[in-house]
Amino acid sequence: MQNNKSSAVSVFLGKLVRQQFFIPLTALFLLALFNLIVDPSFFKITINTNSAGNPVLSGALITILDNGSEFAILAIGMTLVTAASKGQDISVGAATAIAGSILLRMLCGTNSRPETIQMPIIAAFLISCVVAMLFGAFNGVLVAYFKIQPMVATLILYTAGRSIAAWFNNNELPIVTDAVFSYIGGFIPGIPIPTPFFIAVACIIIITLVLKFTNLRLYTQSVGINESSARLNGLNPAAIKILSFVIMGLCVAVVGLIKVSRLSTINYSVIAKDIEMDAILAVALGGNSLSGGKFNMAASIMGAYIIQFLTTTLYRRQVPSDALPAYKAVVVIILVVMSAPVVREYFASLMKKLKKEVA
Amino acid sequence: MSDNVVLKMRNIHKRFPGVYALQGVDFTLRKGEIHALMGENGAGKSTLIKVLTGVYTKDEGEISIDDQVVAIHSPQQAQNAGISTVYQEITLCPNLSVAENMYIGRTEGVYQNWKKVNADADKILQSLDIPAKATQQLSSCSIAVQQMVAIARAVDMDCKVLILDEPTSSLDEQEVAKLFKLMRDLKQRGVGIIFVTHFLDQVYEVCDRITVMRDGQLVGEYIIEELPRVQLVSKMLGKELDDMSDIHGEYQTYEAEAGEAPVFEASGLASDSGIKPFDFHINKGEVNGFTGLLGSGRSECVRAIFGADRVTHGNVKMNGKEVKISKPIDAMRNGIAYLPEDRKVDGIVGDLSVRDNLILAAQVLKGFLKPFSKAEANKFADEYIKLLSIKTASADTPIKSLSGGNQQKVIVARWLLTHPEYLILDEPTRGIDVGTKVDIQKLVLKLASEGMSVTFISSELDEMLRTCSRLIVMRDLNVVGELTGQDMNQSKVMSTIAGGEKKNAE
Amino acid sequence: MSKNNSSVQGGGLGSRFKNMTDTNLLLLITIVIFFLMYIGAMIFLGSGFLRAQTFFNILNANASLIILSCGLSLVMITGSIDISVGGVTALISMCCAVYLDYKGGNVFVSVMIALAIGLAFGLFQGFLIAYLEIQPFIVTLAGMFFARGMTTIVNTNPFNVANESFVALKNTRINVPGMGFVNPKGEYVDAYVQIGVIVALLVVVVMFCILRWTKLGRSFYAVGGKAESALMLGLNVKRTKFIAHVLCGLLSGIGGYVYFLYSGNGSAANATGMEMNAIASSIIGGTMLTGGVGNIIGTFFGVLSFSTIQNIVASAGLGEAWWTGITKAAMLCLFLLIQSIVMARKKK
Repeated sequence: MQNNKSSAVSVFLGKLVRQQFFIPLTALFLLALFNLIVDPSFFKITINTNSAGNPVLSGALITILDNGSEFAILAIGMTLVTAASKGQDISVGAATAIAGSILLRMLCGTNSRPETIQMPIIAAFLISCVVAMLFGAFNGVLVAYFKIQPMVATLILYTAGRSIAAWFNNNELPIVTDAVFSYIGGFIPGIPIPTPFFIAVACIIIITLVLKFTNLRLYTQSVGINESSARLNGLNPAAIKILSFVIMGLCVAVVGLIKVSRLSTINYSVIAKDIEMDAILAVALGGNSLSGGKFNMAASIMGAYIIQFLTTTLYRRQVPSDALPAYKAVVVIILVVMSAPVVREYFASLMKKLKKEVA
Repeated sequence: MSDNVVLKMRNIHKRFPGVYALQGVDFTLRKGEIHALMGENGAGKSTLIKVLTGVYTKDEGEISIDDQVVAIHSPQQAQNAGISTVYQEITLCPNLSVAENMYIGRTEGVYQNWKKVNADADKILQSLDIPAKATQQLSSCSIAVQQMVAIARAVDMDCKVLILDEPTSSLDEQEVAKLFKLMRDLKQRGVGIIFVTHFLDQVYEVCDRITVMRDGQLVGEYIIEELPRVQLVSKMLGKELDDMSDIHGEYQTYEAEAGEAPVFEASGLASDSGIKPFDFHINKGEVNGFTGLLGSGRSECVRAIFGADRVTHGNVKMNGKEVKISKPIDAMRNGIAYLPEDRKVDGIVGDLSVRDNLILAAQVLKGFLKPFSKAEANKFADEYIKLLSIKTASADTPIKSLSGGNQQKVIVARWLLTHPEYLILDEPTRGIDVGTKVDIQKLVLKLASEGMSVTFISSELDEMLRTCSRLIVMRDLNVVGELTGQDMNQSKVMSTIAGGEKKNAE
Repeated sequence: MSKNNSSVQGGGLGSRFKNMTDTNLLLLITIVIFFLMYIGAMIFLGSGFLRAQTFFNILNANASLIILSCGLSLVMITGSIDISVGGVTALISMCCAVYLDYKGGNVFVSVMIALAIGLAFGLFQGFLIAYLEIQPFIVTLAGMFFARGMTTIVNTNPFNVANESFVALKNTRINVPGMGFVNPKGEYVDAYVQIGVIVALLVVVVMFCILRWTKLGRSFYAVGGKAESALMLGLNVKRTKFIAHVLCGLLSGIGGYVYFLYSGNGSAANATGMEMNAIASSIIGGTMLTGGVGNIIGTFFGVLSFSTIQNIVASAGLGEAWWTGITKAAMLCLFLLIQSIVMARKKK
């Protein structure tokens, strides 16, 4: 009886370990545990008043929800691009700079420091969306029609993006002084939760609905797994790949809006720097294969918040921001080694041997 | 007798998660014999071969060569032990030269004298009559030549055991004959050859001995003269085979109404695959077929009909009305379904579930914004899994873990779900077991009797004679004849394929 | 069959292209475009480009990029990628700088430090990629993060190295006879290259020989072309991949030191974006990221093309900072499109 029970438990554990959510969940759990032991105040949430006199929540968890938004939004696009094109878009940071630059140009008009904004925020945002989607389509066309691998194709925009962003604004740094605009990257008066979190949630809801009520999942997966077969089933693989890059462009535009609003201005060489690496990492940490095909959107988004969780944890341990990547790298390596099939198989066979010996 | 034995495998066991692939299999190969390894798909042939070549590691058992027990954990070790393999799929590197492909991975030392290597390679290629140059990039050779280069490599390695894993499936008759000559030469030199194939004719033409496997177990080892074909098939299937020769009579032929326009009609159709313009039509309830040697253009014809290749010329009518088909989705909208020749490359979407694979085409036809509900998809999946008796653990199982025959059934189901008027089956029975072959042939006739038009292509002529009522014969990318009724017999078809005396004189 | 025969026997220019290996075809394109570009610059921009020293200065400034690109070509031919080389370069220059200045060490040991760091990265990353089968992009991304992070942990502030023997080595000039020019004052000035260039040229020659003629070199191509087949042909695929990464690590050690020798300082901002420049140069040189196709000579010309275009932009009076980025990207785009079109046509 005892034996039976324990074998049931081990079967359950075995199943759990094979789940895609296992790695991200374990990572989250370990990080939470670490903070609980070392620094319980990590989980404290207090109500403060911000400079505008509004009551706002603050604390490490809120920071994670706030700053993780950009990663989560980009992870959505990156997951789709990865699934359909079997590669990654490394131009999202540069494209964010372009989207932000366009947004500022539209808001400021010809003046770089206007008293009032020159265009409704929504109109400026829509224009930046269109531009970002066009750049996404450019990447998509290179990948789909010219059959250039995604990483190489997007290397072009990666190289040019920040220069193009600077070019749009003649290298000026326009500053927007509009209260409503600052709400986007900050707080809406009366609501104590940071706005980017709501934007991320909105994006997540939208993509969930899209995946539920359209065939986006089936189509991208089919194209990613077997393009030739997908074509003979009536799909247009090129169109689907381009679509995934256009959706990525839309995500970039949203992130551009948040990033620019947080600062009210832009720094072309620094804005969203290395964010593409974090977005790709989010997809990988979610247990998705970077070589395309099947994907799990929820796991990617979770991966994004884990990265932010880790970042925030490290900041609270007084790690200087420049040194942060080194620690991040160590954690990432541990996670991917743990989730590597080879390592898992090795441990599984080791466990079996141990069991045999015990028996 | 025993001093003649070159390879001995005893009590080989191999388990995969959920599958007990080899259950105590024995296998013995003697010097200078060609030994056929037969069995249905999933019988364990491939697994046994892969254990022998070091791709898989066996769980239990013993392999000995020349009475010496050997440990084989990698293809490298297998090579060193004197075991060479030529696979059905080309296992050479397309980006390297022919000579490099012949010599890489089997020479000592760091430096390589490439001049000498190239000269050696050219010598071997010439002696084997292979039309390739040593310095040519492999990818610029045709598939058949690539296959022969793989054999040339094995031949040059002075192997004791040569495994040929379905080497003939992409070769035409002349090439097969050349290969058999080569095999007999090697046999004379004392090489033991293991020959895996689905073609019974070839087994009886060239082999000395047969080992039959079924469900991961050894059925037995037989001398070829002592095992008639019918018995071999029944041993492979594990049951007495009902006479397959007369399945035609089981189904009524569909009676077309007079004056009805053909379901599909093409005139002057040609595509960028190099096929010459051809005319073609098919009536309601008819089963016809394209026949010809490999590379004669039979697949290219149906690909042009379906819009799979870029159509360059020609008009197409469906039920008398002119339509434009330039890509697969156009054909699908007009009620045409196409099961492609290469199941792995063009058919299945490997990582997706059986259910997703099954509904894919119907789903694409229905539209991006109108996904089937979960309940609908499940209903379809269950219905067709039952209808075609597809063997799968569940509808959620990834299709790539099914056996070849069952994968093919899923693809057939995929197209049946679109309720086509006109169904094209390009080599639906290639590389699948005899039982499933008969199932598919029966299905074709049943569908036709219900009024569906079917074009059926197969490399096995008797299969086509059994199912089709009209054959279109192809040679060198041209339609060269059409046979019906009395003309539809083996010899007539052969002579049409080969062409008259006049043609040869040209 | 008949198609194949005609291509074997045919003699026309078209079929000669068809019979060319992919590697050689892409190499040819790269070299032709580089010469067109350079000669164009000589004709239309004149003065500077007519001077040999301009060309040598391009070499001097890009010696480290040449070495790093060789390493990247190698892993790309094997079908892998390494994006940590820029970070490793920064880490090496910082470590060596700290060692030389704070500890007053000697130059030889600093070279050993550089090689050891590069090798360590190569060994570790190679092990994870080849034997644990983790995606190379993720492993080397982590490698890049780690190297960049460690650089600031070793020392936060940038500084110039004042160690005498190092500075002497840094300023060593090797004159190239007969290539000098007469300066405005009427004196003859010898053309020169720095030590880094000699190292880079040595690396190019050695790597070329390895890839072209040794069994190991051909194994890299085999593994990158079709790993499953390479395995069946009896190659040790894992070990081949591992060696490729180890060599790339070693090259980033050498390249890192050459970079340090040129810049003469330790800074966390050193070699920013260098991995992407190296990848771009390799691609321009005809290496394909899909593996199995590439050539070190091509990589050499790839680096030259990529750096020459920057000089051309500057000489053409497009002074604003953004033009460099945009022209570099445009050039990369151009090469990719040409490659894509040529390969697609060849397939037909």
